[in-house]
Amino acid sequence: MNIDRKQFFKVLAAGTVATSGVSTLFARERKLLPKNAVGILYDATLCIGCKSCEVECKKVNGMSGVFDTKLEQSHNVSGIWDGGNDLDSKTLNKIKMYRNGTSSTKDKETNGYAFIKRACMHCIDPNCVSACPVTALTKDPITGIVQYDKGACIGCRYCQVACPFNIPKFEFDKALPEIVKCEMCKHQLDKGGIPGCCDVCPTGASLFGPVEKLMKEARRRIKAQPGTKYRYPVSSLESGETQTHTVQKYISYIYGEKETGGTQYLILSAVPYEKLGLLKLPEKSAASTSEKIQHTAYKGMIAPVVLLGGLLYAAHRSTKQDSTE
Amino acid sequence: MIKSKDKNGSQIDKHYTEQLKERGISRSDFIKFCSVAVATMSMPLSFAAKVAKSITDPARPPVIWLHFQECTGCTETLLRATHPTVDNLVLDMISLDYSETLCAAAGHQVEDALHKSVKANKGKFILVVEGSVPLAEDGIYCKIGGKSALDIIKEIGPQAAATVSIGSCASWGGVQSTYPNPTQATGIGDVYKMNNIKTPVINLPGCPPSPYNLLSTVLYYLTLKKLPKLDKLGRPKFAYSTLVHENCERRPHFDAGRFAEKYGDENHRQGHCLYKIGCKGPETYANCPSINFCDVNTWPVSVGHPCFGCAEQGVGFAKPLHEQADVKLVTPPAGFPNINEEKPGGVTIGAAAVAGVVAGAAITASVATAKKIGETEA
Repeated sequence: MNIDRKQFFKVLAAGTVATSGVSTLFARERKLLPKNAVGILYDATLCIGCKSCEVECKKVNGMSGVFDTKLEQSHNVSGIWDGGNDLDSKTLNKIKMYRNGTSSTKDKETNGYAFIKRACMHCIDPNCVSACPVTALTKDPITGIVQYDKGACIGCRYCQVACPFNIPKFEFDKALPEIVKCEMCKHQLDKGGIPGCCDVCPTGASLFGPVEKLMKEARRRIKAQPGTKYRYPVSSLESGETQTHTVQKYISYIYGEKETGGTQYLILSAVPYEKLGLLKLPEKSAASTSEKIQHTAYKGMIAPVVLLGGLLYAAHRSTKQDSTE
Repeated sequence: MIKSKDKNGSQIDKHYTEQLKERGISRSDFIKFCSVAVATMSMPLSFAAKVAKSITDPARPPVIWLHFQECTGCTETLLRATHPTVDNLVLDMISLDYSETLCAAAGHQVEDALHKSVKANKGKFILVVEGSVPLAEDGIYCKIGGKSALDIIKEIGPQAAATVSIGSCASWGGVQSTYPNPTQATGIGDVYKMNNIKTPVINLPGCPPSPYNLLSTVLYYLTLKKLPKLDKLGRPKFAYSTLVHENCERRPHFDAGRFAEKYGDENHRQGHCLYKIGCKGPETYANCPSINFCDVNTWPVSVGHPCFGCAEQGVGFAKPLHEQADVKLVTPPAGFPNINEEKPGGVTIGAAAVAGVVAGAAITASVATAKKIGETEA
């Protein structure tokens, strides 16, 4: 194939126009928190590891236990509800434990231990929603809950790949599998209730409420003098119930405030977040970047048309040359 | 003295056996008691024989029992320990030379007995102290026989072989030492430190402590002629090394997140965990759930009341009754997954690389072999 310099540059120019979005790596405008967004504030310093949240989660969501033959045999029981080691298709939330050295003191990085509850973070700008090709995953415009519609799902599992927190799970063991993730007990919220995990938490480690107010509560806790007594709200900000606990030395940052565009599940801890398996993530969500690229590239379908035109032209030229030769 | 051998092989003084008989206690009952004491101390059962021998030994070290700022609850609990006859007997056996509650004598007579005993047994007697010492205003808030508690302890403390602080008051100050502590009530260990008294102190906190913790401590000393192993707060490890939470019969409910929400609710009646209504078991070190009280197999938590942390300084009397405890330690049976759990059946990069190298080597070798075979055949 003979292409002269001039022709080569012509095709290159067309290609450059087509893919110009790639070079302009500016994310689209940040998505904002829905006005009545609800969320959960998980305070790791209050968690006592009783797993009542795990039990209640299974109960209100009608989830079965996880089979662990070895564990069941060792305890001579069957159907252990906390058998799994991680979130899976039968587990929407999980209490995990950070251990270091002698693990003798709670909320200490060295020779200490700390709990962390993992569940869907309900991102303000969720990557899973962006990646889902069929809008099976959507973000509720009022509550901001990232919800799942099994009727729309085609089982492509793009959401699993897209999620920076490794949350959505797939029912590999079923003939008609679904994606499984925490939906903040929206069936309970519809009835005027609160998420199961927050409802039963004895210390207020899992606290339900409007995200804006939870954020304020979290900032108050960070500002409180370590060692002093603090009246922690239990279950939900509106419950009126409180429990007095000693304020620990918080990391002066709320995990979920900025991560991947912010989340509606906020975390406070006295142990660095990386130690609890909470990764450092950019303030900009991957969804905003990829959507910007795609939306720019496909704006008015101009770029694809130009690219196609360029390619057709190049093809035409080369066939013409071939036929003349 | 005629010695008789019982079926456990322990030698019991004939005279002593008669004494037991007089009090309506059979030899087997006595051996049973020794076995219980040994079990409390976490000793092998074979120790029961040694304990029995120590109790029956005629050369028993005298015990002097002092009362300061206290309610006599510790003495009362000791007297009520199940088989009172046996317990009284043991008190007899350790030759209780002075105890305000139990002495028949009074006034100058008993004061005299105290000083005589201290003088005669200098460096040999066990000093049991019940109650704290008030330091405010030269200790005028507690006086016995015209002397302040502080003066008494300063005088008798250095002459004792060892001091047993029975109860939370003697161990760390007890209820009267909580804020604002007007009398400046202080535990015996701290008083010793302030006055440079070197006598070893064994703390048996509790309000009241289990009487068996005192009996076991004393028997341990009588049997082995040394003090039991103590933790950094001076408490015998055999009794105070585990949290109440760890051996609590309601613990499985905690691990499964089943809590009583309030007194008398369905969960409470079901015997669920009392954490939510303020149980201090998760931050209190004591053996209550293991040995219970009064030998009728009950203790506060088993009858539905949360532990209030009487044995723990800064918890009992200090924290509000229904304030939730800080869970000090998480021990099995509670299991938690690690932050990063290895996925079963997963292949790590390192393992994959090793497998690749092995496979590569195998292929190369087989190719080389095939080649060689080909060459030899040709």
